[in-house]
Amino acid sequence: MLSVRGAQLTLGARTLWTGLDLDVAPGEFIAVLGSNGSGKTSLLKTVLGQHPLAAGEMLFAGAPVRRGDRRIGYIPQQRGQDPAMRIRGRDLVRLGVDGERWGPGWPSRARRERVDELLDAVGASHYARVPVSLLSGGEQQRLRVGQALAGDPLLMLCDEPLGSLDLRAQRVVSELIDRHRRERGFGVLFVTHDVNPVLGMVDRVLYLANGRFRIGAPDEVLTSEVLSELYQAEVDVIRTHGRVVIVGAPDHAHHDHEHPHAHPGEVA
Amino acid sequence: MTDWWTQLFDFSDYGALLALLHNSVLAGAVLGLAGGLIGVFVMTRDLAFAVHGISELSFAGAAAGLLLGIGVVEGSIIGSLVAALLIGLLGSRARERNSITAVLMPFGLGLGILCLALYPGRATSKFGLLTGQIVAVGDPQLGWLAVVCGIVVVGLLVMWRPLSFASLDAEVAAARGVPVRALSVAFMVLLGLAVAASIQIVGALLVLSILVTPAAAALRVASSPVWVPVLSTAFALVSLVGGILLALGSSVPISPYVTTISFLIWIVCVLAGRRRRDRRTLVAKGVAA
Repeated sequence: MLSVRGAQLTLGARTLWTGLDLDVAPGEFIAVLGSNGSGKTSLLKTVLGQHPLAAGEMLFAGAPVRRGDRRIGYIPQQRGQDPAMRIRGRDLVRLGVDGERWGPGWPSRARRERVDELLDAVGASHYARVPVSLLSGGEQQRLRVGQALAGDPLLMLCDEPLGSLDLRAQRVVSELIDRHRRERGFGVLFVTHDVNPVLGMVDRVLYLANGRFRIGAPDEVLTSEVLSELYQAEVDVIRTHGRVVIVGAPDHAHHDHEHPHAHPGEVA
Repeated sequence: MTDWWTQLFDFSDYGALLALLHNSVLAGAVLGLAGGLIGVFVMTRDLAFAVHGISELSFAGAAAGLLLGIGVVEGSIIGSLVAALLIGLLGSRARERNSITAVLMPFGLGLGILCLALYPGRATSKFGLLTGQIVAVGDPQLGWLAVVCGIVVVGLLVMWRPLSFASLDAEVAAARGVPVRALSVAFMVLLGLAVAASIQIVGALLVLSILVTPAAAALRVASSPVWVPVLSTAFALVSLVGGILLALGSSVPISPYVTTISFLIWIVCVLAGRRRRDRRTLVAKGVAA
């Protein structure tokens, strides 16, 4: 449904990735991993039509990607300072239903029922009238999932949706996204710096580093050999208690003086 | 003491005055509608300080218009639009916007004072630009006020949903194809027009009482996308029309009445909203437990 061939993204003087080939099948869950600045978020922005490709092509549902395609859902990272924190949960979901249309959008029964249906689908009905700022991070991200489901997406783009959530909320939110992609059959591109919360759900992993990439099942990509070759540096992948720890991945791929370090449970 | 009182509130021959000055009341109503609606977005987009900056440049434009004979109204609209576009285009982030506003504001005020100092005419109409005028809105003035406010209201209604989306949730709005940047510029144009209209009634220094206070009060007691604009508009209408009705018989400008009423409404809303917020917190916690 999303088909990327030989894609190159250049922002300013910097080429983030080149020769990228990627196919996302309906219902497929792909985690996008890599260091800060490796172009994970920019990949999502490219799919959203916000960054033009320098080379290659990117097709969504058979046509080149464009801005404002309702069939692509988008879930951003939860942030404390957004003006969206001041509105109620159901109003946040409502923005996803018809927020991009012109006109005042007088109150309507059809829209109210649609919002109720979406709130119900993500289990947010009982706190829908509470201002978002009074909700926990996990509750806020449930609303974000509901908002993104509003367009009946074929593809869901998630940009660090688990960022700043506690472990329990991370599990709840990733399971919610996983359940809906199975029920509704949309593909998922899930950008995350920590693969562990979704390790049991992902079909494949896309790992971006140094402008290059590897894609495949988690077991094929998340190995010391593959990542050392990608980073062209000594990288150790340690598997312990069903978790993956990546040690020694340079944080900024383009710095001359790199400081390799490890974050337990994270891709550094 | 009684002297002050009769200066402030004098309702003798009120019926005749009202008939004579009904233009002022209509002007207040039209401005209240536009100001209450645009105020909602001034609050969500965090533009209160920018409004103040725009109004100082609008004052400069009006003063220059007076001096050069272009016309006060024309001058204030030009000044407003220049300031609104400068702030809108140069200050996309809150911090940049605040510093640009802070730089523009004294420059505009100084320019305005210079133009007024050079203007040979009467002094009363000069100060009206800063602190609002004594009740008297002529037919042509009401006409252009209605046109400007009409443009603001219609413009806002057309952009309402995408502008709300872009103001509240810019990242997801952009992902959905909302033209976030173009809407921001269009909004600044409407804001400039609303400021230019407000200056004619309450003066450049007190514009915030129409474009910010009513919306700030509404946000204290409501959070629904329907009730916030409805209440904000109602508060702005009550402040302006109420202020003008009180000011009709007095020898004092309209502005202190308007600013006092809108401030009192805000106080009441803050007190009412505090109780409400506490209860909501409890509801939220009770639900989560």
